[in-house]
Amino acid sequence: MNAYLTSLMAVVTREALRFIQQRERFVAALVRPLVWLIVFAAGFRAALGLSITPPYQTYITYEVYIVPGLCGMIMLFNGMQSSLSLVYDREMGSMRLLLTSPMPRWWLLFSKLLGSTAISILQVYVFLLIAGLYGLINGIGMPAWGYVAVFPALVVCGVMLGALGLFLSSFIKQLENFAGVMNFVIFPMFFLSSALYPLWKMAENAPFLAKICAANPFTHAVELIRFSLYLRWDGMTALWSVLAAVVFVGLAVWGYDPARGSKGKGR
Amino acid sequence: MEDGLSIKQLSHTYGAKQALDNVAFDVRPGQFCALLGPNGAGKSTLFSRLTRLINGPPAQIMIAGADLHRAPRQALARMGIVFQQPTLDLDLTVRQNLLYFAALQGISGKVAHTRIEAALERLAMAHRAGEKVRALNGGHRRRTEIARALLHKPQVLLLDEATVGLDAATRRDITAHMHDLCQTDNIAVLWATHLTDEIAPQDQVVVLHGGKVMANDTATAICGAETLEDRFLAMTGTAQ
Repeated sequence: MNAYLTSLMAVVTREALRFIQQRERFVAALVRPLVWLIVFAAGFRAALGLSITPPYQTYITYEVYIVPGLCGMIMLFNGMQSSLSLVYDREMGSMRLLLTSPMPRWWLLFSKLLGSTAISILQVYVFLLIAGLYGLINGIGMPAWGYVAVFPALVVCGVMLGALGLFLSSFIKQLENFAGVMNFVIFPMFFLSSALYPLWKMAENAPFLAKICAANPFTHAVELIRFSLYLRWDGMTALWSVLAAVVFVGLAVWGYDPARGSKGKGR
Repeated sequence: MEDGLSIKQLSHTYGAKQALDNVAFDVRPGQFCALLGPNGAGKSTLFSRLTRLINGPPAQIMIAGADLHRAPRQALARMGIVFQQPTLDLDLTVRQNLLYFAALQGISGKVAHTRIEAALERLAMAHRAGEKVRALNGGHRRRTEIARALLHKPQVLLLDEATVGLDAATRRDITAHMHDLCQTDNIAVLWATHLTDEIAPQDQVVVLHGGKVMANDTATAICGAETLEDRFLAMTGTAQ
């Protein structure tokens, strides 16, 4: 096997083995969005009236609205979880092993990114399956082909959020600082997006916040998932999501550039 | 010098602090070179530069004929590294850890398995191959890391305080093994330590202090009539 493929397989397999060994992580990753879908959405259904908004062609319940946002939530948390495991790797020293491999550093980072994206996508599909069954019981569901059409969108979002996690991990010196990532990255990114409420609803109450939501790459990621799930194409969300993914990948490669180590990072 | 390790004009600063100051020395193939220095001498910075974990001002570092700056991939492929900090995945078995490393070097399949068995056999670790690293003691973990560093048949082997935290008997065994290895396999070994009892009289010794090379000769030539420890303490100004 080609050396590139060999190293790619090794990094992806290691990510998968680590994921399998951490069953609690898988359960937590599923329970979180399911609680939002089944409990939170039931409570808010009455409070949040939703008009017909693309890509939906009819009135929808709140549960239907938040499914794509919860897919994004899984990927956002998984991206940050990967970031956490990279910081852990660095504290434990295993990151050194990866960075001193003769394979190009960008390739190793790409392999790591691919591994974390694959795990994200697996989690999203399990969630979508459960959400689909829940939807069937309630008499609402997504088109069957939506499960296929959403795959490329999930790849783009997984790479975007995984790369953001990689970039952040290059700056977080210690595991203890990870709480800051929760407060300053995950929560603002999630709540200032269209994951839980449509932008027009936000614009009615807080126009300035709606502008921030519209600029948030996570909003575009969620919308890309939403449109894909309902077999609709929105070029702008796709473009912004791919662009954000490219920028975050570039920042991650820059974050792990060894030349940055000379500016004060001893070990 | 075509093979082995060659360092010239290597300097490094952290802000205003000069961590390495024009460091230069060579290690021939088959030579065991002890990099002796007290804590804070710059040994770890030197290792970080040699392994390209950090970059800095231009220096000429040749790893078995490959320029680390111009051809980093070739240079890293010719180098084996054992870090001071353990770098094994505790939840994987010894064999899985070695397979992972082999793959990072681009080695897979039958070749990887054959080399892993040979490396473990050599370090007397073959019977522990299926055990999780978490179940191993410090000495066995170190042996696993040394076996791993040899998988891709490096021509230069760097070990950063590889015996730290080990008991006296294990330290002696590992040190003796590394001395044998550099002779039998004709590997240039750079062994960072602050313990003089790990050094044999015929070994090359580079004394690093305050980021500068204070001495570079055989242990016998450096210590003269004194013990190496006394000479080292006198040179580094840490004598009581």
